[in-house]
Amino acid sequence: MSLLSIRNLSVRFKTAHGLFTAVENVSLDVEHGEVLAIVGESGSGKSVAMLAVMGLLPWTAEITADELVFDGVDLNSLQPKARRELNGGSMSMIFQEPMTSLNPCFTVGAQIDEMIRFHTDEDKQQRKQHALELLEQVGIPDPQKRYHDYPHQMSGGMSQRVMIAMAIACSPRLLIADEPSTALDVTIQAQILELLLDLQATHDMGLILITHDMGVVAETAHRVVVQYAGQQVEMQPVLELFEHPRHPYTAALLSALPERARRDQRLPTIPGVVPGQFDRPQGCLFNPRCRFADDRCRTTPPLAAAADRALTLCHYPLSYSPEPGA
Amino acid sequence: MFRFLLSRLTMIVPTFIGVTIAAFSFIRLLPGDPILLMAGERGVTPERRAELEAVMGFDRPLWEQYLGFLGDLLQGNLGVSIVTKAPVLEEFLGRFPATLELSVIAIVFAVALGLPAGVIAAVRRGSIFDHTVMGISLTGYSMPIFWWGLLLIILFSGILGWTPVSGRISFLYYFEPVTGFMLIDSLLSGQPGAFQSAVMHLILPAVVLGTIPLAVIARQTRSAMLEVLSEDYVRTARAKGLSPARVIGVHALRNALITVVTVIGLQVGVLLAGAILTETIFAWPGIGKWMIDSIFRRDYPSVQGGLLMIASIVMLVNLIVDLTYGLINPSIRHER
Repeated sequence: MSLLSIRNLSVRFKTAHGLFTAVENVSLDVEHGEVLAIVGESGSGKSVAMLAVMGLLPWTAEITADELVFDGVDLNSLQPKARRELNGGSMSMIFQEPMTSLNPCFTVGAQIDEMIRFHTDEDKQQRKQHALELLEQVGIPDPQKRYHDYPHQMSGGMSQRVMIAMAIACSPRLLIADEPSTALDVTIQAQILELLLDLQATHDMGLILITHDMGVVAETAHRVVVQYAGQQVEMQPVLELFEHPRHPYTAALLSALPERARRDQRLPTIPGVVPGQFDRPQGCLFNPRCRFADDRCRTTPPLAAAADRALTLCHYPLSYSPEPGA
Repeated sequence: MFRFLLSRLTMIVPTFIGVTIAAFSFIRLLPGDPILLMAGERGVTPERRAELEAVMGFDRPLWEQYLGFLGDLLQGNLGVSIVTKAPVLEEFLGRFPATLELSVIAIVFAVALGLPAGVIAAVRRGSIFDHTVMGISLTGYSMPIFWWGLLLIILFSGILGWTPVSGRISFLYYFEPVTGFMLIDSLLSGQPGAFQSAVMHLILPAVVLGTIPLAVIARQTRSAMLEVLSEDYVRTARAKGLSPARVIGVHALRNALITVVTVIGLQVGVLLAGAILTETIFAWPGIGKWMIDSIFRRDYPSVQGGLLMIASIVMLVNLIVDLTYGLINPSIRHER
């Protein structure tokens, strides 16, 4: 049984101008100890989908799913109290902005302590010891001193380490990392990712890594979900995805990687932007930006079909070529 | 923190000098002659007038009078009332507990109601509760104090007969003041019914005086909470699986309080200004009523001394607020 299985998750927001669909029919599974990457541009609904799984969306969000099961527990029908026991206990989340994700009014020690206090029976001394071990584990030098520091006394990288320490405090089985390294310096980014993968392996956690960085995906993930404008357009194991992207969007993303560019050419880009609430095209959502789009793409939305292990939302999935049109 | 304190303290000195100038000149800018007012209908001969002016020092040039006022001030002397001949400081301190008691109860009332109302309004934004609270607080804020006071007197004292109209305690009770605070003194006196009488006398004035601060605190708490509730760390708190009460009451409120405490501190100035009207309506024997009386009598020393004391209290409270701000906001405390 999968650790997390999602079938047809949709999230709509009530706005002043009607419903806005942020996530549409996302289906995915995360196995125990697996690293799943969710990739997409800003506005592709990758964070929203995972916030929905965590139950952290504001009340304006309308969440529907045919199936939303975590570790055998149906999240759809879970009572708020039981839901809160899961959050921070069996499933944790860390966020994009470490500097603002910690409460500025409390010491980092107190914030980690609070997490342990709510989810375990440890007494005060054990909790302190536990928190210090966690700080040590995530690579914070001088944990004894840092325990009493306030968030504003820490750098972004340090804050993210604290967030990670807090998230893994109660040995969750699933950790959702929402662009954990995006807001950090490049050198720190690599350290944070390495730390996450380390912890994932030692704790045998499922890890969902939300990112827009294909480079990060290549280095970390076992399996990849590609999202576009709230829709899941492709899902493949990482090697297959990089070798044989099926969706033109994935292919375009990959060819936009500097590592893959040809020296004598300009770096390829994808023209245009992700459609928002008011400019959703007819037919396939990607058609205005797709170099292969024809009239069928412009009128009829494609249906998800399982074509040799790659779930691709496209009328004309690419067959094999990593450089489409070449 | 030390530098923070030092910078606040150095700002107080010029403010204080400014206040002395304002206090000294404002009452003298008012038309009216204290000596004529003292003489009343009988009038006063030019000789007697010159004599009185010399006694009170009004014959000297203004700048000399001001320097004299300042010199006395440095020795802790606020001068002597030209009406009662009692030292101004003594008059002030004798009445201040009454005002302090009224103000403290008013602000407690305002915070006790305004803070939870603002928090709930923010959490249930857009609900009927939210609209009601915001509507009421806008009304309360716009209500002229004297009119609001009169309305309450008509309803609760006139029609319902629940509360007394004026004063601090019923004439049935008499005891020597110990602390100057009627609630405490009436308890200490041990006379049956005295405390209840003091409470009943205090309720209406405190509600009237607390109305504007209540409205301001409710609105400011709501907007501070709305801002804080959308912060990332509130999402983190929810991701930790904390109960809504803890997310809102601890993680969000603690941060919202940073602004709200400042607002509460600023309300102290409003409170003392409001006390002048409230005390006049309810014949509350505090400094507000005394200031009004002194102004009508053109009692220059009392007015300038009283103004100075009130201004000093406001400055002191603001200083305390600044310090509290440092206590509840760690990033200010650790500023170097």
